Amino acid sequence: MEPIIQVKNLVKSFDTDDGVLHAVNDVSFNINKGEIFGIIGLSGAGKSTLVRCLNLLEKPSSGSVVVQGQDLMSLSEKDLRQARRKIGMIFQHFNLLMQISVVKNVMFPMEIAGVPKAEAKKKALEYLKIVGLEAKANAFPAQLSGGQKQRVAIARVLASNPEILLCDEATSALDPETTKSILNLIKDINRKYNITVVVITHEMSVIQEICDQCIVLENGKLVEQNNVEELFRHPKTSAAKRLIFSASKTVKEMSNGKLVRVTFSEVAAGEPIVGNMILEFKTPVSILQSEITDLNGKSNGQMLLRLPDDEDKANKMIAYLQKKAEVTVEEVVHE
Amino acid sequence: MSSAMVGLIIRGIGETLLMVLASTALGYVFGLPLGVALTVTDKNGIKPNATVYRILDVIVNIGRSIPFIILLILIIPFTKMLVGKSYGTIATIVPLTVSAIPFIGRMVESSLKEVDHGVIEAAQSMGAPTLTIIIKVLIGESRISLITGATIAIGTIIGYSAMAGTVGGGGLGDIAIRYGYYRYESAIMFTTVIIIVIIVQLFQYTGNTLARKLDKRNREIE
Repeated sequence: MEPIIQVKNLVKSFDTDDGVLHAVNDVSFNINKGEIFGIIGLSGAGKSTLVRCLNLLEKPSSGSVVVQGQDLMSLSEKDLRQARRKIGMIFQHFNLLMQISVVKNVMFPMEIAGVPKAEAKKKALEYLKIVGLEAKANAFPAQLSGGQKQRVAIARVLASNPEILLCDEATSALDPETTKSILNLIKDINRKYNITVVVITHEMSVIQEICDQCIVLENGKLVEQNNVEELFRHPKTSAAKRLIFSASKTVKEMSNGKLVRVTFSEVAAGEPIVGNMILEFKTPVSILQSEITDLNGKSNGQMLLRLPDDEDKANKMIAYLQKKAEVTVEEVVHE
Repeated sequence: MSSAMVGLIIRGIGETLLMVLASTALGYVFGLPLGVALTVTDKNGIKPNATVYRILDVIVNIGRSIPFIILLILIIPFTKMLVGKSYGTIATIVPLTVSAIPFIGRMVESSLKEVDHGVIEAAQSMGAPTLTIIIKVLIGESRISLITGATIAIGTIIGYSAMAGTVGGGGLGDIAIRYGYYRYESAIMFTTVIIIVIIVQLFQYTGNTLARKLDKRNREIE
């Protein structure tokens, strides 16, 4: 089947005082229908610009964006508006109309589409029910919490019956608990209505929680693309490693021995790998950091170990770990 | 104060209110679209157009920098052409409106530019046409600021209307000049000034109350 979104050689440059800035630099990727697709990068990596190129809120400098077989750049303004109705978008700061009630916010896209008022209201209440906020229909956005505002924004997106949902840092302004509930809602919507979701974030945890496929952006370039489990287990580029292992930065600065990052899957989690290794070599190692992450229902763990200063022994330990099934070992290089 | 004088003052109040309200209304008929055009064609607007913006910007700046009293005299031929004479209440509405338009345009522009760009972006992402964005998002979301701006505009126009009195414009300003200044009747002078202050206060109070009642942004969770 043809991908629902095809991005080819996309470039978006801005003229700045310091010369031309390539916010998005020759990026190509495809997104399949029904997928939850992640775009991750540190701030300034160009991901917000990239996502705005997917509905042409930003006009690309060159390259092409094909959505459902339609080359967006070739469309007239009127056709582009039509095409945008099938591409919903939610934002970090929700962007609700603050002077009208919740239900009127949800009615807004239907009003644009010319749906009669009574029908729009009825539907709006249904969409509010889906996001669990039918009781707040007549409240105003200022009366809602951040999580509730994002739910209203999601109901508003559903109101235009979209094929695609773009989420621009949609959970970055929310606390962890609320983030989880919003991500679950997005996942539900993805499954129930078969809406393709594109998630832009700087948080690996968001990607791990809901995405199937993922690309990593750095300085406007696509540096890595993989399914989320592979990306997590075997990140190839330093950008990906930084995002996955960001928390350990201070730990790395603290210690000067040989550091290795060990990842293991559910299968390997049953065996006390590190314990056995210490027994085998009769040399202790320090565990600097360790965590278990849930990747699409499968547990994956990662650990940061500090190996003995003895180079020979350390290398043997690495070899020992590498022999284990479902375990990957990788030396962490000081930057 | 004689009853004739009281009658004169009451007529003056009526003339002032007529001048102020008519020129404010007419000022908005032209000033609101002008403010919208300035916002929309600005380089960060929804339909950037440097040429249109620059032309409008220069016109507004010229209009804003001519002192009202000069403008009043300067456009006498235009006033005559429109209403057939250059003095009196109706004739004064013309220069009042002309001077109010650029002022209101700037006021509207600054209100509309307060609207969060993210909300405009959200409307664009829904495929909203430009006119819908202007009405529902730009004007709808900035309505509190627009009302506050209108209150300020009315206050300024009341001041101008009093000035127009010096050249036979009618209204309270006219009475203050003719009786209070030329005939040294300070009682009448003070009375008219106090009435003007009260009118300004009333408009200010109404505007503030309306703005507070209509604002949905700062409601406590009920």
